[in-house]
Amino acid sequence: MDRLIIEAGRTESVYWADLWRYRELFYFLAWRDILVRYKQTVVGVAWSLIRPLLTMLVLAVVFGKFGKMPSGGVPYPLLVFCGILPWQFFSTALTESGNSLVNNSNLISKVYFPRLIVPASSVITSFVDFLISAVFLVVLMMWYRFMPPANIMFIPFFVLLAFAASFAISLWVAALMVEYRDFRFIVPFVVQFGLYISPVGFASSVVPEKYRLLYSLNPMVGIIDGFRWCVLGGQYQIYWPGLALSMAVTTVVAITGIWYFRKTERTFADVI
Amino acid sequence: MSDSVISIANLGKRYVIGHQRAAGDGIRHVVEDAMRAPVKWLRSRASNKARQREEFWALKDISFEVKQGEVVGIIGRNGAGKSTLLKILSRITEPTIGRIEIEGRVASLLEVGTGFHPELTGRENIFLNGAILGMSRVEIKRKFDEIVSFSEIEKFLDTPVKRYSSGMYVRLAFAVAAHLEPEILIVDEVLAVGDIQFQKKCLGKMESVARTGRTVIFVSHNIGAITQLCSRAILLDKGSLVDSGDAAKVANRYLNDATNRQTAMSWPDQSQAPGNESVRLKSVRVVVDDGTTLLDGVDVRDPVGVEIEYTVGKSGVVFAPSLHLHNGEGIQIFLSIDLEEDWVRTPRQCGTYTSVAWIPGNFLNIGTHYVSVACSRLDTHELHFFEQQVVAFNVVETDAGDSARGDFSGSLPGTIRPMLEWRTNRMSSVSDLAVTAPV
Repeated sequence: MDRLIIEAGRTESVYWADLWRYRELFYFLAWRDILVRYKQTVVGVAWSLIRPLLTMLVLAVVFGKFGKMPSGGVPYPLLVFCGILPWQFFSTALTESGNSLVNNSNLISKVYFPRLIVPASSVITSFVDFLISAVFLVVLMMWYRFMPPANIMFIPFFVLLAFAASFAISLWVAALMVEYRDFRFIVPFVVQFGLYISPVGFASSVVPEKYRLLYSLNPMVGIIDGFRWCVLGGQYQIYWPGLALSMAVTTVVAITGIWYFRKTERTFADVI
Repeated sequence: MSDSVISIANLGKRYVIGHQRAAGDGIRHVVEDAMRAPVKWLRSRASNKARQREEFWALKDISFEVKQGEVVGIIGRNGAGKSTLLKILSRITEPTIGRIEIEGRVASLLEVGTGFHPELTGRENIFLNGAILGMSRVEIKRKFDEIVSFSEIEKFLDTPVKRYSSGMYVRLAFAVAAHLEPEILIVDEVLAVGDIQFQKKCLGKMESVARTGRTVIFVSHNIGAITQLCSRAILLDKGSLVDSGDAAKVANRYLNDATNRQTAMSWPDQSQAPGNESVRLKSVRVVVDDGTTLLDGVDVRDPVGVEIEYTVGKSGVVFAPSLHLHNGEGIQIFLSIDLEEDWVRTPRQCGTYTSVAWIPGNFLNIGTHYVSVACSRLDTHELHFFEQQVVAFNVVETDAGDSARGDFSGSLPGTIRPMLEWRTNRMSSVSDLAVTAPV
């Protein structure tokens, strides 16, 4: 029989064991969100494809046709879609998991489970969308009769990195959102802004050499570059210092995010 | 100490109430404060004084122990700290000071239907709710059929829960929770929802859980349920533990607290009154035969009335008011429903109504009696209001001998003390005894 001790300030060791004990909840909460999302919509699952498709069309026309940005010999829509895929994963994950704690306030005030599961399951839900959209990438490549290079086998690494970056930042936002509801407005703004700042509609080689490192402070830069290197190869090289910086930033944000989340978690039920 | 499954020592929980700003208000205020008077803001971050925060101790120095297999009731007025105590035991919120040791798996039922999503079907919600309450998927699958038959919603298993009536919703939610198998079960006021039948089913299930040797902690305002189910009870008042011990004794103490005993209660502000848009309670009075409010005690031989005044806000509703009576030990004496032919099936028009129920004299036993009033539909059991122990009165005895006591000088036990009609007849002039006596 397990002996549990409840005291102010003491939850550490049990927490990680509890995360394992409640592991099925990761699945159930994600399952619930996906099910609910598609229950009453006519468009349903197709929405996961329509959204990136439309974004791609708009960006390809704006940056490709009108902006005449260089595409390194690759069809511009393909270039753009390679950026959209990880970006949409990141932005949906950030938006949804940022709100996740507040949206699940009824659970948080009435049932015990490690609260880390809540933003995590939102990231998982966005990941499912990502996988569906990735199918479309394959279709697009077939349409352009484009063969991906051998680098493609490194894709899982960059997917993992995207997952980590999304989760790391969403921890901060979710925890902050409980205390400061302003983030409800800040997050969509940051996401919109980020869409144009990050190399989604254009290749990051457009950025002048001397600003490249600074530019890589945005973890999505390294990730999108990596995606392009994996899928398109050829002209798309990884800017290694940039990638290293992106990974470092992600790690720091993740560790501090977990720290902040755990620190404020004990007051969630009181404040939410 | 060794056979206690729950040990609570010096538990305290403090909440901070910010007077000007509610938590979660916004960064704007933090930034505003910082900008307006930077030095003052910096200083106030360092000391708590300038923050105008008031501290409120929801629980103060609570210590008690629960042994394996005990069924412990927690009672107290609203605001006594019962729900806070349960939240801490369920690890939803942390204590401020103190220490709790728990041995065994805990499952908490603080609300019926936690996590239910209206768009999902009954079947999907069973899995979701079960998982949230701590059951594994394998466990839920195993108990699925039992849960469905307990809830009696087989026909509607695959319709979205938002189409369920409130009764079905609550039955399903309780069915899932009832099949948890923790070593320690914590239940908060779930009997407050649902109709009488549902409450009976809940109580029955909790009794069977208790009989399997599990430890149960149960919070309720329904004192009858507490005395029926619990061996021990704990009384909380304004955050402190006031009494603990045998359930009937503690219930008695709670009920007999002077502030709990009054013969009339009214809700002049109808927006705060119990009820819904159809029917709202206006006042409850204990009355004597001339219609005036009872002031002190009523003689055991005299009839006593309970007058319920209510307003009907939506015309066309059909319902019946009812009256529950409990005695000083928390035992329910009766439930009486207003079955007047003129009203029981008649759709009501808007307006204010009074219904008076007369309890005959020479019926109740002496002592304090607690009145609970309810109003519901008889067929669907839809409940409009149910106010427990809202008023109380004392039945007293003078020395005059024409009550059910007669000339008997001892104490007459029993929850009621009716004057029954006895009929005696002399059957024959011969006694069998005389015939068989030896000659």
